[in-house]
Amino acid sequence: MNPLISRRMFLKSGIAAAAGAAATAVPGTQALAANDDRGYLATLIDIRKCIGCEACVEACREANAPKFPAPVKPFPKMYPSRVKVSDWSEKRDVSNRLTPYNWLFIQHATVKVNGEDTEITLPRRCMHCVNPPCVKLCPWGSAMQMENGLSRIDPDICLGGSKCKNVCPWDIPQRQTGVGLYLKLLPALAGNGVMYKCDRCYDRIARGERPACIDACPEDVQTIGPRQDIIARAHAVAKEIGGYVYGEIENGGTNTIYVSPVPFEDLNRAIAKGDGFPHLNPVQDAMADANNFAAAMVMAPVAGIAAAAVRFLKTRSKAEPPGSRREG
Amino acid sequence: MSGEKTSAAVRWRSVKVLYLLTLFFMALTGFGQMPIYNRYYMSDIPGLGWLADFYITRNIHYIGAVILLGLVFYVAFDFILSKRRQAQLSASGWVRAALLTAVIFSGALIVVKNLPYVHFSDGFVIALDLFHLAGVMAFLAANCVCLIAQKKWTAAA
Ligand code: HEM
Ligand code: SF4
Ligand code: SF4
Ligand code: SF4
Repeated sequence: MNPLISRRMFLKSGIAAAAGAAATAVPGTQALAANDDRGYLATLIDIRKCIGCEACVEACREANAPKFPAPVKPFPKMYPSRVKVSDWSEKRDVSNRLTPYNWLFIQHATVKVNGEDTEITLPRRCMHCVNPPCVKLCPWGSAMQMENGLSRIDPDICLGGSKCKNVCPWDIPQRQTGVGLYLKLLPALAGNGVMYKCDRCYDRIARGERPACIDACPEDVQTIGPRQDIIARAHAVAKEIGGYVYGEIENGGTNTIYVSPVPFEDLNRAIAKGDGFPHLNPVQDAMADANNFAAAMVMAPVAGIAAAAVRFLKTRSKAEPPGSRREG
Repeated sequence: MSGEKTSAAVRWRSVKVLYLLTLFFMALTGFGQMPIYNRYYMSDIPGLGWLADFYITRNIHYIGAVILLGLVFYVAFDFILSKRRQAQLSASGWVRAALLTAVIFSGALIVVKNLPYVHFSDGFVIALDLFHLAGVMAFLAANCVCLIAQKKWTAAA
């Protein structure tokens, strides 16, 4: 058994789990683990229960249809020629991968369970990272993280540059050309539409409802709640079934915690991968370097002032004659 | 005395070179935060492929910020402590100092924003990004003008 998981299975309380994450993760995530009680909302996805009926996929498409892109055609010509149109408006029915019109899909993996080939299905969408690079690195602030830790992209501000997808460890956001703000700016030279991904049904949550995919599931695969509780639950289930956890420490921690009866390495090997098909690899914290350099930035002024003071004291003790240096 | 004079001159030259190098790389990697180097073939130039890697350019921008902050505080305090009686900021020096302060202050706020569990309002984040970008452009433009017009940071007191 994965030593990380088996050790973690003894960790019952959220605090202990957080300490475990801190001990095993790269530097920078310690801060995350230590602060792990800000009331972020997370979901537990119990893969065992999923029957692959796609009721959740249907519910997501229905609930979010009003948010889907309505592109203007013909698309404005874009320069230079390497900039490719990304048009899903004629393929809205595609539901077996992520697209601007499909924010959730069911992944299939045939793996050996107790020596027998078994088909495993699991819902995949944005992981809602605790410190989401898609949000933090968006150069315009179009992607945002809400107080409950869930992230979304504002379709009125996004220019479709696809940086969020580029920096997302799972390449989640999907582009549709021909919509959004870029049309009103310089459509030929900058921007390429709007990026779309699961917004965790923020509007339903604001109304006190649960996300559509969670409500629609006949098997109660997903449970939503405070991150601490969800993690504790995930470990309880993992312990009970001798299973595995994904999403707790990936990318420094996410708000989507999968529990599986088979190792995620095995699932990862068995799923289709590529654009629109997120992997199940281990993921290091993409923001860890930024956190560490930020700490260095606090020290830099202190070092600068100290160096100036040392020089001042040295020259003063030598009683430098006035006017000996003139620099501009 | 002349030995001390040269060592001061050498120190000052190295501060200047480091400052200019840091500014160059910060501007290069700062603009790299926007998805433009790949679109406009810059990263296709052999040896410049890293310009399209947002994590590399972000790390260089952050390291540049560490160096720049150290330098700026060193020069500012050195000036206040040791040189105030010999020279003062010129008019163009004041303008550039103010713009650089704006760039650094907004940059620092963006760094804070990027820490885990930090939430600024959406409007504030957008304003911050635009302010940083506008500040950078104004600062670079002011430096170009000063270079052409041969304006110095300081004038004799
Ligand atoms: C201590 C000083 C600085 C800090 C801490 C800093 C920090 C940052 C950060 C964190 C970003 C990324 C924005 C984001 O993705 O959220 C950024 C963007 C940028 N920086 Fe800086 N920066 C500093 C100084 C400079 C300087 C000196 C220049 C140029 C001479 C510069 C040019 C840019 C540009 C062009 C951008 C992209 C535009 C934008 O997103 O606003 N920065 N900076
Ligand atoms: S999974 Fe990707 S798109 Fe979702 S929050 Fe994390 S970085 Fe952003
Ligand atoms: S939370 Fe909402 S938007 Fe996200 S996958 Fe579920 S139904 Fe779709
Ligand atoms: S609705 Fe539930 S059981 Fe059906 S595919 Fe989605 S998660 Fe699986």
